[in-house]
Amino acid sequence: MKKYASFFRIRFIAGLQYRAAAWAGIATQFAWGMLTVLMYWAFYQTAPQRFPMRFSQLSSYLWMQQALLAMFMPWFFDSEILLSISSGSVAYELCRPCDLYAMWFVKNMAARLSRTALRCLPILLVAAVIGPPFGLSPPPDFLCGALFLLSAALGFLVLVAYSMLIYLSVFHTLSPTGVRALSTSVVEFLSGAVVPLSFFPEALQPFVYALPFASMQNAPFEIYIGRIDPFQALGVLALQAAWLAALTALGRKLMKRSLRRVVIQGG
Amino acid sequence: MIELSHIYKTFRVSRRNAGFREALKALVRREVTLVHALEDVSFTIGEGEMVGYIGPNGAGKSSTVKIISGILTPDSGECRINGRVPWKDRARHVQDIGVVFGQRSQLWWDVPVIDSFSLLRDIYRVPDAAYRQTLRQLTERLNLSELLSTPVRQLSLGQRMRCEIAAALLHRPRILLLDEPTIGLDALSKIAVRRFIQELHRETGMTVLLTTHDMQDIEALTQRVLLIGKGRILLDGTLAEWKARRAPHKILRLDYAGGPLRPAEGLWVVKDDLGHAQVRVDLTRQTVPQAIAALCAQVEVRDLSVEEPSVDELVAALYREFEI
Repeated sequence: MKKYASFFRIRFIAGLQYRAAAWAGIATQFAWGMLTVLMYWAFYQTAPQRFPMRFSQLSSYLWMQQALLAMFMPWFFDSEILLSISSGSVAYELCRPCDLYAMWFVKNMAARLSRTALRCLPILLVAAVIGPPFGLSPPPDFLCGALFLLSAALGFLVLVAYSMLIYLSVFHTLSPTGVRALSTSVVEFLSGAVVPLSFFPEALQPFVYALPFASMQNAPFEIYIGRIDPFQALGVLALQAAWLAALTALGRKLMKRSLRRVVIQGG
Repeated sequence: MIELSHIYKTFRVSRRNAGFREALKALVRREVTLVHALEDVSFTIGEGEMVGYIGPNGAGKSSTVKIISGILTPDSGECRINGRVPWKDRARHVQDIGVVFGQRSQLWWDVPVIDSFSLLRDIYRVPDAAYRQTLRQLTERLNLSELLSTPVRQLSLGQRMRCEIAAALLHRPRILLLDEPTIGLDALSKIAVRRFIQELHRETGMTVLLTTHDMQDIEALTQRVLLIGKGRILLDGTLAEWKARRAPHKILRLDYAGGPLRPAEGLWVVKDDLGHAQVRVDLTRQTVPQAIAALCAQVEVRDLSVEEPSVDELVAALYREFEI
C-alpha cells in the first residue's frame, strides 16, 4: 500500500504547482456559477411550481458543482497517462513491481484531488457567505451531510473507474481525441453536469438514474440538498458501490487483455 | 544471467499504398503485413558480463530489450533471466533489473529529482538505510548533489541522463539494461556516463547489456559484442575478432600538390578532392613505408597521417557484408 500512497503524494504535489491556473479557474467557475444561478432565477420567476426542487436547493446544487468541479469534471484526463501510452514511455511503468491499474487509478485520483484542493475552498466560502436563496445553503441535517460525503467519495471513484476505460482504449487507438470527445459529451449530459438529472423528462428519469453516470456527481449533490432523503440515500449508495465494482472489474479485465498483446511504441 | 533461446516475435503492421482509391479500399479491407522482428534469437550472457548489442535501426534490438525486461511477450522461444521467465513472474523479475531507456524518462517532470527517487524507493520497497547508502554513493559518483533538489524540467539532457541512470540503480538490481544511454549527449557527458558505467561494472560485478549506435560506447565499455540484423543474431564475439575478419589495412590521409593520384598495388584511393585524399593500404600486399614511398613518387606530399580504420567503418562494413 505504501507505494501507492507515495504515488498519490508525488502526483498530488505535482498538481499543486499550478497555482496561477487555479486562480484563473476559480474566477471562471465563480462567474459561471453566478450566471447559471441567475439564468435559473429567470426561469423560476415565471413558474416556480413547475420545478422539481426549491430555488435555494438548486443554487446549492450548482455551487457544489462549481466548487467540486475538478473532482467531477468528465472532460479531464491525465495527459501524462495518455501521452505515456502513445509515446511508449509506459515501458518504464511496466518495468515496475506494481499493479499498473492501481497505479493509474491512484494517479488520477491525485490529479483531480490536487486541483480540487486548490479551488474548492474559496468558492465554497464565497457561496456560503452569499447564502440562500442565491448562494450555498447547509444540508438539511447532519445525516444528509454525512451521507453526502460518503456518496461524493463513491461518485468520485466511479468517475475515475470510468475514466480508466478511456485510458485503456488508447492502447488500441493510439489517439485519445475521438473516444474522449464522444465520452465527454455523453458523460456531461447524463451525469447532470449540464442540467441536474431531476430536470429530465419524467419518463426518462428511471433509466437515466440507473446509469453509472448518475452515480458520479448527481447522486451526492441531490443527497446534499436533501432531495433524496437519508433512507433512499442508502439505496443510491448501494447502486454507486455496485457501479464502482462493475467498472473496476471491467477495467482490470481490459487492462489484462491489452497488456498481453501490447506493443510498446517506439524503438 | 540472461538466457534466450529460439525467440521469435512477429508484429502485424497494416499498410496501404498512396492515393484516394487505396484509402477507400483500406476502409473495407486492411492489408496486414507481418514484420518478423525477431527470428530465432538465442544468446546467453553470464553473470557479471558486460555485453554490447548493436545493429541498424529496426534490426530487433529494442524488441529484445523489451522481452528481457518483461514488457513484451515473444511468440515462441524461451527466455530466462536469473532463472525466471520475465513475462510470467513479472513482479519478482523487475526487482532484479534496472532499465534505462535513453529516449524516454522515468523521472517526474514537474517535481525535484529527489521526489522521484523516494517514489522509486517506495515502489521497490528499498529499506531506508540501504536507500540512503545507495543514494549517497550514486550522488557522489554521478555528481548529483546540486541536481537532486531541481525540478527535472530545468535539467539539461546530460544532467537528466545522470539522474536517470541513478534512478535505475536505486533498488540495486543485478542486471542493468541500457538502451542508448548516451543518445544526444555532448562529449563530456558521454565520457562521464561511460566512466560511471565502467566503474560500476568493475566494482559491483553487475551484468550489463548495452544497446547503442555509438561505437565509441562499445569500444570504451564492452569486450563482447552481439550484432543483430533482420531479426537474427549475426555475430557474437569481440571487436578484435571482428577486425581480424577483414584483411588488415590502414588509412593514409594526405594533402598533396601535383598529381593526379593513381591507385597502385595494394593501394586504394577512397576519397580524393582538391588535394586532400584518403588512401587505404592493404597490409597483406604493401607495408605502410612502401605505400608512402609510392605516393611520394606520384605527387608532392605536403602533409600525411596514418590511421587505424575506425570501429564505425568496421561496423558499416559488417552491415554491408550481411546486407542489413
